[in-house]
Amino acid sequence: MRYGLYDPQTEHDACGIGLIAHIKGDKSHAIVEQGLEILNRLAHRAACGADPDTGDGAGIMMQLPHRFFKAEGLRLGFDMPRRRSYGIGQLFLPSVARARIACEEIVEEVIEQEGLRLIGWRDVPVDGSAAGPTARAVMPLMRQVYIRRRRVPPSAFERKLFVVRKLIENLVRERNADPEGRFHVASMSSERIVYKGLLLPGQLPRFYRDLGDSDLVSAIAVVHSRFSTNTFPTWDLAQPFHYICHNGEINTVQGNRNWMRARRSLLKSAKFSGGLDRLFPIVVPGKSDSAQFDNMLELLHLGGRSLPQSMMMMIPEAWENNTAMDPARRNFYRYKASLTEPWDGPAAIAFTDGTIAGATLDRNGLRPARYIVTDDDRVILASETGVIDVPPDQVRYRGRLQPGKMFVVDTDEGVILDDDKLKAEITGRWPYGRWLKKNVFDFEQFPEVDPPEPLVDEKLRQLQRAFGYTDEAVRFLIRPMADQGKEPTGSMGTDTPLAVLSDKAPTMFNYFHQLFAQVTNPAIDPIREALVMSVETSIGPDGNSFEETPEQCHRIRLDGPILPNAELAKIASLHEGVFEPTVLSSLYDINETQSLANAIDRLCRQATEAIEEGLNVLILSDRGVDASHAAIPSLLAVSAVHQHLVREGIRMEAGLVVETGEAREVHDFAVLLGFGAAAVNPYVALDTVRALVAGGDIEGNPDAAERRYIKSIGKGLRKIMSKMGISTLQSYNGAQIFECVGLNRDFVDRHFTGTPSRIEGIGVDDIDREVRERHDRGFGRQAVAIVDLLPVGGDYQWRRRGERHKWNPATVAKLQAATAQNDKQLFDEYTRLVDEEDQALCTLRGMLKFNSIGVEPVPLEEVEPASSIVKRFVTGAMSFGSISAEAHETLAIAMNRLGGKSNSGEGGEEPHRFKPDENGDLRRSAIKQVASGRFGVTTEYLVNADDLQIKVAQGAKPGEGGQLPGHKVDERIAKVRCSIPGVTLISPPPHHDIYSIEDLAQLIYDLQVVNPNARVSVKLVSEVGVGTVAAGVAKAHAGAVVVAGYSGGTGASPVSSIKHAGLPWELGLAETQQVLVQNRLRDRIRVQVDGGMRTGRDIVVGALLGAEEFGMATAALIVEGCVMLRKCHLNTCSVGIATQDPDLRKRFAGKVQHVVNFFLLIAEQVREYMARLGFRNFDDMVGKVELLTQRDDITHWKAAKVDLGQLLVEPNAPPSWPRRMLQAQPWDLDDHLDQRIIERGEEALYEGKLVQMSMAVRNTDRAVGTLVSGLIARRYGDRGLSSDTINVKLSGSAGQSFGAFLAPGVTLELEGDSNDYIGKGLSGGRIIVYPPRQSRYKAEDNVIIGNTVLYGATSGELYVAGQAGERFAVRNSGARAVVEGVGDHGCEYMTGGVVVVLGETGRNFAAGMSGGTAYAFDRARKFRSRCNLSMVELESLVDESEIWLVYGMIEDHVRLTHSELGSRILDNWEHMVAHFVKVMPIEYKRVLQARRARLRPPGRTPRLAVVDGGKR
Amino acid sequence: MGDPKGFKTWQRATPERRPVESRLRDYKELYQPQPLEQTQQQGGRCMDCGVPFCHQGCPLGNLIPDWNDAAFRDHWQRAYESLHATNNFPEFTGRLCPAPCEGACVLEINDDAVTIEQMEKQIIERAFAEGWVTLELPRTRTELTVAIVGSGPAGLAAAEQLNHVGHRVTVYEASDRIGGLLRYGIPDFKMEKWVIDRRLELMEAAGIEFCPSTPVGDSPSWDELRERNDAVLIAIGARKPRDLQVPGRQLAGVHFAMDFLTQSNKLIAGDELSERRISAEGKRVVILGGGDTGSDCLGTALRQGATSVHQIELFPAPPEHRTATNPWPQWPMIFRTSSSQQEGGKREFALMTKRLVGDGGTLTGLEAVRIKVERKPEGGIELVELPDSTETIECDLLLLAMGFVSPVTDQLVAQVGVDLDRRGNVKVDGRFATSADGVFAAGDAQRGQSLIVWAISDGREAARAIDGYLRDAPAWLPGRGVHLPFGGR
Repeated sequence: MRYGLYDPQTEHDACGIGLIAHIKGDKSHAIVEQGLEILNRLAHRAACGADPDTGDGAGIMMQLPHRFFKAEGLRLGFDMPRRRSYGIGQLFLPSVARARIACEEIVEEVIEQEGLRLIGWRDVPVDGSAAGPTARAVMPLMRQVYIRRRRVPPSAFERKLFVVRKLIENLVRERNADPEGRFHVASMSSERIVYKGLLLPGQLPRFYRDLGDSDLVSAIAVVHSRFSTNTFPTWDLAQPFHYICHNGEINTVQGNRNWMRARRSLLKSAKFSGGLDRLFPIVVPGKSDSAQFDNMLELLHLGGRSLPQSMMMMIPEAWENNTAMDPARRNFYRYKASLTEPWDGPAAIAFTDGTIAGATLDRNGLRPARYIVTDDDRVILASETGVIDVPPDQVRYRGRLQPGKMFVVDTDEGVILDDDKLKAEITGRWPYGRWLKKNVFDFEQFPEVDPPEPLVDEKLRQLQRAFGYTDEAVRFLIRPMADQGKEPTGSMGTDTPLAVLSDKAPTMFNYFHQLFAQVTNPAIDPIREALVMSVETSIGPDGNSFEETPEQCHRIRLDGPILPNAELAKIASLHEGVFEPTVLSSLYDINETQSLANAIDRLCRQATEAIEEGLNVLILSDRGVDASHAAIPSLLAVSAVHQHLVREGIRMEAGLVVETGEAREVHDFAVLLGFGAAAVNPYVALDTVRALVAGGDIEGNPDAAERRYIKSIGKGLRKIMSKMGISTLQSYNGAQIFECVGLNRDFVDRHFTGTPSRIEGIGVDDIDREVRERHDRGFGRQAVAIVDLLPVGGDYQWRRRGERHKWNPATVAKLQAATAQNDKQLFDEYTRLVDEEDQALCTLRGMLKFNSIGVEPVPLEEVEPASSIVKRFVTGAMSFGSISAEAHETLAIAMNRLGGKSNSGEGGEEPHRFKPDENGDLRRSAIKQVASGRFGVTTEYLVNADDLQIKVAQGAKPGEGGQLPGHKVDERIAKVRCSIPGVTLISPPPHHDIYSIEDLAQLIYDLQVVNPNARVSVKLVSEVGVGTVAAGVAKAHAGAVVVAGYSGGTGASPVSSIKHAGLPWELGLAETQQVLVQNRLRDRIRVQVDGGMRTGRDIVVGALLGAEEFGMATAALIVEGCVMLRKCHLNTCSVGIATQDPDLRKRFAGKVQHVVNFFLLIAEQVREYMARLGFRNFDDMVGKVELLTQRDDITHWKAAKVDLGQLLVEPNAPPSWPRRMLQAQPWDLDDHLDQRIIERGEEALYEGKLVQMSMAVRNTDRAVGTLVSGLIARRYGDRGLSSDTINVKLSGSAGQSFGAFLAPGVTLELEGDSNDYIGKGLSGGRIIVYPPRQSRYKAEDNVIIGNTVLYGATSGELYVAGQAGERFAVRNSGARAVVEGVGDHGCEYMTGGVVVVLGETGRNFAAGMSGGTAYAFDRARKFRSRCNLSMVELESLVDESEIWLVYGMIEDHVRLTHSELGSRILDNWEHMVAHFVKVMPIEYKRVLQARRARLRPPGRTPRLAVVDGGKR
Repeated sequence: MGDPKGFKTWQRATPERRPVESRLRDYKELYQPQPLEQTQQQGGRCMDCGVPFCHQGCPLGNLIPDWNDAAFRDHWQRAYESLHATNNFPEFTGRLCPAPCEGACVLEINDDAVTIEQMEKQIIERAFAEGWVTLELPRTRTELTVAIVGSGPAGLAAAEQLNHVGHRVTVYEASDRIGGLLRYGIPDFKMEKWVIDRRLELMEAAGIEFCPSTPVGDSPSWDELRERNDAVLIAIGARKPRDLQVPGRQLAGVHFAMDFLTQSNKLIAGDELSERRISAEGKRVVILGGGDTGSDCLGTALRQGATSVHQIELFPAPPEHRTATNPWPQWPMIFRTSSSQQEGGKREFALMTKRLVGDGGTLTGLEAVRIKVERKPEGGIELVELPDSTETIECDLLLLAMGFVSPVTDQLVAQVGVDLDRRGNVKVDGRFATSADGVFAAGDAQRGQSLIVWAISDGREAARAIDGYLRDAPAWLPGRGVHLPFGGR
C-alpha cells in the first residue's frame, strides 16, 4: 500500500541462501535437517525490525516427500495415488473464515475446471507461538491441497499445475476474495514443496511441525533467510519461491515487467493449451523483484527449456567483451539477446526443479557463493562457508561460484555438472552462429545513402534556439565532449531550481532525475570493470521468447545507440526484406488550434497503423521544425508511443528509433533510451559539433570530432547505467530508472507509466506552453532581436540573464560580510535574500510556510541556547586533498570549539591532528568518513572518531566514487592516503564490501567493533525509496542515517551527475521520517540531513520534517572565503581552499572565528523561529510536520500546480510511536570472540609480553581480532605492539571480516577456512590461513578464503595456503600478501603493498592499479591475457633485490602455512623464478625511478641482470 | 575558460601612459597602445568564475568572462559579438567607466583584478579596425516614433536599441553637438571626440535622426513633442550643479566645473565661444571636489597653464586598503590617484570652505577649516570643525566640482506634468515609465548623478520598456537580467 512518500515498489531484500543436495539422489531427513542448520548459520545475514522476534522471512524448498504425504493423506482418509500422480499446493489463506472459504472455493473451482481433481485439504500443523508477535498479527492460515493428475500426461503435469495456480491467483484478485492480501500459493507442484514464513531462521522448524517429521525426506534442500529493508510485515515475500531463492536485487525489473507486457501478443507456445493470454499477468505486479524473476523463469522453463538454459537467458554471462569465450556460447547469448533482455542486477540464485539443483551468479559476481563437495556425496553451497560442520578429512574439495557461472547437481544422473560441460551441451543444440550470420546485419552491409545536408549558420542557430540550446550548453557541454571525447568535469553542487520551478522552459529531460543504487545493490565500476558492461544494441522486431528459429534474430546490430546522420539515413532507406522502416513526424502546427495533446494522440495512432501495415522500424523524427511547426518533446514522443504500443501488446513488432534535434547531453540520451528508444540520432547536436570545428573552436576534422562526441555519450551512458548497477544497455533500455519531479500523475501514468512521481505538477498543456516558448526563441520575437548569440543558459555558472542560483553574488557577498563582521543585521539580510529567493520558488521548501495557527509563542529567552543548538551542526564531508589543510583544519577547529562536528571526508587524517594544540584547539575531525576508496582508513584513524560515517552515496554524484585529480595529490596528501603523488585517485563506485544490506550490516558491525565508543552513521542520498533503505540501515543497527539532497557539493564530478542524479533533501527526509516512524524504527536512529542548507529557516524546516542534525558544507566554505569559482577540480582555487598548490594555499584567509560566528548566527535564527513556533527545546520540534503547510499564495504558473501533500502527511502510525531518536541501539559485544583474547592477552596488551593462545572459531564469529585491535590502536597509536605479541591460533570456519583492521602485534593463525572480507583495513597485523592439517584435498586447488580480501589494507601481512575469491587485495595500499590463486579483479585499485600470487588469477587483474607491485607465478602463460594492462606493465623478475623479496615472502609463507606449493617453488627456485611475472603500475614506476634517481649514484646496476626465459 | 593558471602566470598589466611632460603639452589621449600579446595574456588571467562577480558588478551585465576568454583564445570577432550583445558603446565605457566590475573581480580579493576595462577597449578598437562594427539596419520597421530628449549615453543607448527593433527614433539635443556630457563634460585626454563621431555616423546611417541645437521645452515644447510621437524618453541628465553656499560666492573668478570644462572642450574642437572665456592660464586655481569632475578640471587647468592648482576634498582621505565594513566585492572606497592628479597640483582633504575672500569683487583666496568626521549615535555622520585650524589658500580661479543635485525640470514639469521624486529626479516606475502616459525617463534624469555604465544600462532598459509599451506585448529587446547588488556603497 502506498502512503505518503512510501512506495512499496522500493522495498529491497537481500539475504543468505543455501543449498544442500545428495548427488546420487539419496533422500533423507538428514538433508532437510542440514538445510535448516544452514539457515540457522546464516541468521546473522537476516534481520528483524522493531519487534526482535519477527524476522523478515525464512524458508526451505525440498523434494516432495511422498512417504510423508501419503501417510498424512491416508490418515485424513484420502484415496492416495502413486508418487507423481498428485501434486501438493502449499497455501497461505486468509484468516477470516469467509474470505478463506471464498479462496478455497476458487481453488477447488479451478482444479475441476482444468480437469484435475481435488483429493482433499490438509491443515498444516503450525505452532504460532514460534513466530514473533508482529508476524502473528498478520499470520495467514496454512493449508495444503492435494490435487490428483487427470487428463494430462505426467510430463505436462507441472505445467498444468502452473496454469491452475495462475488462474487461481488471477481469480482471487479479480473477485477480490482476499481483501487483506494474505492469500498466497507458496508452492504447487508434484515435485517440490516449500515451507516458509515471516520467521527468523531458527523459528522455521519450530513453526512447521512437519519439518521435524523423519518421514519428511529429500535429496535436495534449498533455503533462504531474508533481510528486507523495511518491515511492513508480509508472509508471502518469504523465499524460496516456486523454483528459486535469490540473494540480490533485480535493478531492471520495471523494464523487464514492461517488456513482458509488451511481448504479450508475440508469446505463443504449443505447450500451453488454451493460450497464454489468460495467464497474464505472467509477472505478477506488487511482488518483490525476486518473486517476479521467479515468475519469468518459471514461464520460460515450463515453455520448454531446461532450468539452466532459462537461467542463461535471464542472467547471461558477460559475453559481449569476452573474446576468450567459446564462440558457440557467445553466439548462443547473442541469439538469445534477441528473444529476451537480461534481468540485470546482483544475484546469487539457488534453484531446483526437484531433480536437478543448482546455483548461479550474476555476470559481476556481486554475491558470494561457496561450496564444498564431501566424500559422502553431498554438495553444500551457501552464501558463506562453514554453514555445515564437515570433518576436514571428509571434504573432497572446496570451491566458489564465479561471476556468471553455474553449478548444477543432477540427482537423477548422480553427477555434478560443471559450468563448461553444462553450457556446452546447451549452446551446441542449434547452429546459432549460422543463424546469426544470416540474419544479423551490420551497417557495412547496407548501401551508402547521402545524409541530409548539414545545418549551418542561421538555420542551425534557429533550430538550436528552438530546441532549447544555450550558449553554455554548446561551450560547456558539447565542445568538451567533441574535443576531448569525454564528459566535462565540474565541481560544487547544483543550486538552480527544479525544472518545475524554472522560468527558462527547460527541456522535458530535466524533469527526470536519474536513480542510482545505494546499499541494496552496488553500482558497477564502468571504468575498471568495463568488461562486464556493454552499450551494444540492435534494432528490429523482437521474437517469440519460446521459439528458436533463425528468423527470430533478424536485426540490425549497432555498436552503440547513437546514430550519425549517415547511419540513420541508411536505416531509413532500407526497403526490402524484413526491415520495413517508416518515418513518423513528431511535428505539429503551432498556429492552428492543434494542441500538443492531440499531436501525441495522432502520433500514437500513426504508430499503431504503421505496425498494422507491417512496418517494423519506426523512426520518430522532428526534422523540419520551422516558423509554424514545433516538435513534440522527443522524450514525450518516444515514451508515449512506447507505452501506447506496450498497452496494445504490439510493442515488440517494431523497433523505435528517434531522430531529434533536442537531445544533446548525456542525460538526455539516457532518458530517451530509458523510456524505450533503441537508438537516437541527435542531428542538431552533431551539426553543432561540425559548426564548432568550422568555427575553429575544435581543431581537426569534423568527422573525428563527431566520433569523439558520440564516444563520450557512450561513456556517459555507461556511467549512468552503472550507477544503477546495470551492465548492459539492453537491460537499461526501457527500464525507466528515473523519478520525475513536478509532472502530474495522470500525465505520468499515461505516457510514462510506472515511473515514480511523488509531487503533483504540470501536465501536457503546460509542456505545450514550454515547447512554444522555446520555439519562440528560434522563430519568434526573440529571433529578431539584435544579436545572434544563443541564450546564455547559466545552469552551471551564474549569469544575470540565466537560470537563478541560490549562491549568487549577493548571497555570497552578504554571507561573507555578515560572518566576518559577526553582524546579525547583515546576516538577517543574507538569510532574507536566500529565503526570499526560495520563496521565489527555487526549492521545494520555499513553497512551504509555517503553520502557526493556534501556536502559543514562547519568550525567546526561554528557548534552548544557541550554544546547545550548534551541537547539532556538522560540516560536510570534504576530504583533506579536495580542500587544503588550512581550509580543512579551520573547519575542524571551529566545530570542535562549538561542540559540533566536522567531517574528515574520504581522505584520511594526519595523526598530528589527534592531539590538541597548545591553546586547547583540536584539529581532529569528529566524524571520520569511511568511503569506497578507504583512503587512510587505519585502525588509529577509526578509533580517533566520535562518529564513523559510511558514505554510501554523495549528493552531487550518487552512485559514483570520489575522484581527486592527480595535480592535487602532493606528497603530503599521498602520504595520508597511502597513494602515489601525482596519480589521480578514483574511488570505486561501490564499496566492495557493501553489495547488499546484509553486507552493510557487516561493515557497521566491523566499525562498531573496532571503535565501540563511536556512533556509526550511514550517508544516503535522496531518491525514491531512500526511506526503505534507511529502514534497512536502522535494522542494520546504525546509530544515525544521513539523508543528503542532490544539491550537495563535490570537488570533482561529471557535470551531468551534479545536475541530474538524486532528488532534493525535502523529499528524501520526509520519506525517511515517514517510513522509519511507520516501522517503529525511528526511536533507535538519529536522522541527519544535508544538501544545500543555508539559513535558520532551512534548519527549522528540516527539523519539522524529521531531522535532528544538520550538515552544512558549502555555506561553511563560503564563510571561509569560497566564492564559488567552481574550479575545485582544477587545483586553481584562487582563495586557497580547494587547492594544494602551495602558492595558492598561502592566499587562504579563512578564520575559525568567522565559521564559529556563522553557526552561532544560524542557531540564533533557529531560536527565533522556535520561539515563534512555541518550542523551548529543539527535540520537541523534530518531526512536527503538522506545523508545515504549503503556501497558498503561489501564483507561478507551474509551481501553482505542484502539490506537496505527500511530503507533509503525518506518518501512518499511532501518536505514541516515537518521532525522534530516544535511545541508541543496544550493542552487545560481550559474546565477541575477542573478549576471550583480551582476557587471556592482558599481559600482552598492558605489558607487552608475548602471549599465545588457541581457540575454535565458527562462521558466526565475525570480525575476529578487530575488537582487540581497536584497543591497541587507542593505547599505542598506529605503531601498535611489536610483532607477534599476541598470537592466536584458531581452528574452524571463521566468519566474515576475519582480522579486519588488525593492529600491529596481533597474529591470527587460522587452520580451516574463512569467509569474505579477510583483513579488511588491515593495519599492521598478520593473518595466516591454511586448510586443516588432516584434510586430504590439495590446498592450492581449493578456495579457502572468500571475496574482497585486504580491502583498504594499509599495512600488515597475509599468508594463505589456498585460493581466494574475487577482488583479492582491492584498494590495498600497503599490505603484503601471499596467496595461491585469486578470482577476477585481483589487486584492483591497488596503490601500495606487495602481492604474490602462486597460482592462477581470474580476469581483469590489476585494473586501476596505480601503486605497489604484484608477482604472479604464471607457469601456464595465461596471465597476460587476464591482466588489465591499461595502467600496468608486465616485466620479468630480474632485479636482485626483488628476487630476494619474493623469495623471502614465499619462504615466510612456507614457514607459516606449510604450503606444499610454496615448498615446491622454493625447491626449484632457479627454474621457477623465470615463471614469475612482475606487475608494475606505470605511474608508480615513474615515481620510484624519480625517487631512486635522487637517492642512488648512477652506474650501479643489479648483479643478476637477466634470468633465463625472463623476457616475454 | 582561458588558462586556468593564467592569473598565476601573468601579473596585471595596463598599457603605459605617456610621460607627464609630454601629455601636458596637448589634449591627446594618455594611453599608449597595448601589445596584442599582453592583452591576450590579460584575458587569460580571467578565471571564468562559477559566480562571476564582475558580471554583477557591471551595471550592464556585460558578459565579461565570455569575452575575456574569447580574446584570450584569439577569437576576437566572437569577443566583439558578446561584448556588443550587452553594451552599445564599449568604446566609451572602455575609456571612461570607473570599472566597478574590476572592484568585484574575484582576483581583487587577494591579487590584482583582471584589466576588464582595458580588455573592453581593446576588443572594440580591434572590431572597428577589422571592420566588424558594421551598419546594423533593422530587420523590420514599425513606423512608430520615439523622441529621445538628451544625447548623452542614456539617450544614445536607448536610441540605438529602439532603432534596432524598427522604431523611428529622433534624438533632440539642446547643444550644438550631439553627445551630452560625453561631448562637453569629458576632456579629450580621457576620450578624444572622434570616438563619439565615429559612433554617431553609424547611428545616423542606421536611420536615427539627430536634432542638435534644439532645446526641448522652448521649441518644441515637451507636450508638442509628446503629441507628435508615440513615446518620449527623457534623457536630459542631472545638470543642476551643487553650489557653494558661503560668503563671497558672488565674487568674480568662481565658476562651476562644467562651465569650465565645456568651454575647454569647445575650444579644442575649434569652436568660437559665445560667452566670456574662463581660463586657468597664469592663475592660482582651486578646485572644490575630489571626484572625477574635479580631476578633469585639474588636468585641464594644468594644460591651460595654471601657476598652481589645489584640489580640495571635504572629507578625509579614504584609507589605502578596504576597511572591514567595505569588503570585497563592494566598490572599494580607497585612496586613488587619477591620471590628472598624477600630473601635478596639490590635494587637500578634510577641509571645509568657510568663506571666499576677494579684492574688488574679484576672488583672491579661500578660507577653510579642517574637519573630522564623527559618527552620530543615532546613525549618520557629523562633520566637526577642528579648533584653530582655519587657513587661507590664495586663489584666482575657483572651480566648483561638488557634484550635481538633480535634473533641470521646470519646463518638463510644467509642460507634461511628470512627477518628481524627493530628490528632484524624474520619478519612474520599475519599467522606467513616468507619471505621464508614454513618457519615459532614463539615466541621470531619473537616477540622479551616476556612472556612464548606469546611463547606458538604463537607456537600454528604458528602450526595452518603450518597445513593450509600443507593441503592447512582450518586448523584443533583451534585458539586463537580475540585479543582485552586493550591498555597501
